Amino acid sequence: MNITEANAVDNGVNVDALLGAREAMTAQPAAAQFRFGASNEWVNGTHSRSTVKDFFGVGEAQSHRQEFTVDTDHPEIFASEDNGITPPEMVLTGLAGCLTAGIASVAQNRGIQLRSVKATIEGDVDLAGILGIDSDVRNGFNNIAVSYEIDADASRDEIEAVVAQSQKRSAVFDIVTNPTTVSVSVA
Amino acid sequence: MRSTRNNTVTIIGAGQAGLAMSRCLTDRSIDHVILERGEVANSWKTERWDSLRLLTPNWMTRLPAHRYSGPDPDGYMTAAEVAGFLGGYGESFAAPVHNNTAVHSVSSVDDGHVVTTSNGEFHSRAVVVATGACSTPRIPKVSAALPANIRQLAPIHYRNPADIDSGRVLVVGASASGAQIADELHRSGRDVTLAVGDHVRLPRSYRGMDIHWWMDTIGLLDDDYRDMVDIQRARRLPSLQLVGSPERRTLDLNTLSAAGVQLVGRFSGVSGTTGQFSGGFANQCASADLKLNRLLTSIDEYATANGLDSELQAPTRPEPTSVPAAATTVDLKEFGTVIWATGFRPSYPWLDDDLLDAKGAIRHDGGVMERPGMYVLGLPFTRRRKSSFLDGVGPDALELSAHLAGHLSSLITAR
Repeated sequence: MNITEANAVDNGVNVDALLGAREAMTAQPAAAQFRFGASNEWVNGTHSRSTVKDFFGVGEAQSHRQEFTVDTDHPEIFASEDNGITPPEMVLTGLAGCLTAGIASVAQNRGIQLRSVKATIEGDVDLAGILGIDSDVRNGFNNIAVSYEIDADASRDEIEAVVAQSQKRSAVFDIVTNPTTVSVSVA
Repeated sequence: MRSTRNNTVTIIGAGQAGLAMSRCLTDRSIDHVILERGEVANSWKTERWDSLRLLTPNWMTRLPAHRYSGPDPDGYMTAAEVAGFLGGYGESFAAPVHNNTAVHSVSSVDDGHVVTTSNGEFHSRAVVVATGACSTPRIPKVSAALPANIRQLAPIHYRNPADIDSGRVLVVGASASGAQIADELHRSGRDVTLAVGDHVRLPRSYRGMDIHWWMDTIGLLDDDYRDMVDIQRARRLPSLQLVGSPERRTLDLNTLSAAGVQLVGRFSGVSGTTGQFSGGFANQCASADLKLNRLLTSIDEYATANGLDSELQAPTRPEPTSVPAAATTVDLKEFGTVIWATGFRPSYPWLDDDLLDAKGAIRHDGGVMERPGMYVLGLPFTRRRKSSFLDGVGPDALELSAHLAGHLSSLITAR
């Protein structure tokens, strides 16, 4: 593959900028320290609203282009009003969004043109955990399965390698597969 | 030659529960036998580590018509002393124990029950299951994912540090067994990591009195199973994080951590040769501290309401659990031994499935099983909070023997 061909590939990812950031943060490790955050406020019942706007990184305060809000709630079969998806479904969308972003970036970096990327994601949960029915059952998903359908100018092996690399570099894949210390306090 | 023996009642198990029931039946002149897989107090003789002492002080050893009468009422018996105490109890009323008699099955027949054993069949009108709550370790499924070179064992197979090779040791579970074994192995010079899940933190003594004296005095140990909002949850409560020692020391996460034991969260998984631990460790500690202080507040309220404040030491609360920046992973290749101090599970392969729930535990209402004429005692919170304690099975045996006598009368009336 020559440079002209690689440049012809356009998945909408600015690989040069990502590689530039990697170089800069290698030279200045402090710039790599980010803190993301959200605020959350109870609305009513199981309905709450999270707001995301500001974060910190590259040594200074940063902001999203606009404020984003996400409503979470429970469905009507749990006697809730279903004003939003459930928090565990948020986690599934986070994982899918993270892996797909990774696939686009890795494919771009490898000079693979994507035509379509579709994923279905399923999380199995036994409610005997959160309902306190069985202490041996965990609260969270006992299994998460992600299935990709990818149309790209590449062999199946190349596509599988892209999907594998996207897991290796995914923040959310790491968050859901490895333990994270969490502290919850009351002000 | 195999034979069938006939008695009015068959008791299965000659530990504290079986002997207490035997004594109650003896007092009611109800003839019975006790079937014992080994010999009296078998678990105490063969399934306890060398340094183990009771968590309750000696004066809290009150069985029907028998109690501790030695010189050290505030001390804590060793396992061997408990075995001797129970042996003496059985001899005091000539308990009809059949040693080395393993139960194979219990089946119901028209006029009662047949217990099939390694020594023939025992036919009776009623059966009392008194095999205890601490026979079969509950080992989490994740144990299967550990590297093959790691030796895995449960506390019932642990004896003393000499048993354990010199590599790093992971103790899973920080209730009485896990905390004590981690402490002992650390003192012996082992490099010990303790995985901490749900636990019940308690000081050995508070305001100068043993914590068990307090729980007994304020009536907590007498809580009735019928008054519990969620009895299943109460029955699942892990054992108290305590040690019985001559110096009456407190054993908690602070003392273990200060001594150099590495604390980590609940053991949650294995990935390759990496052991993973929950990142919710701080919450486990905060929950235990909250419950501890709730108990101590109710003790203080009792003391004030009963005019005891002037006689007691000041209400000095234990320091909050200091939560170290806990690792969430370890390299299992560095470990030689994993000890699963993760409690016990019910195991009744000799009972019919319809007597058990989906988890294999006996279905019962305060010890009265669903099949008429069958009883169980000695399980956690069978009828009261202290049901599984040496000091708590007595009242259960008294009440259940009365129920059993009523059942026998109903059989006679029905005839």
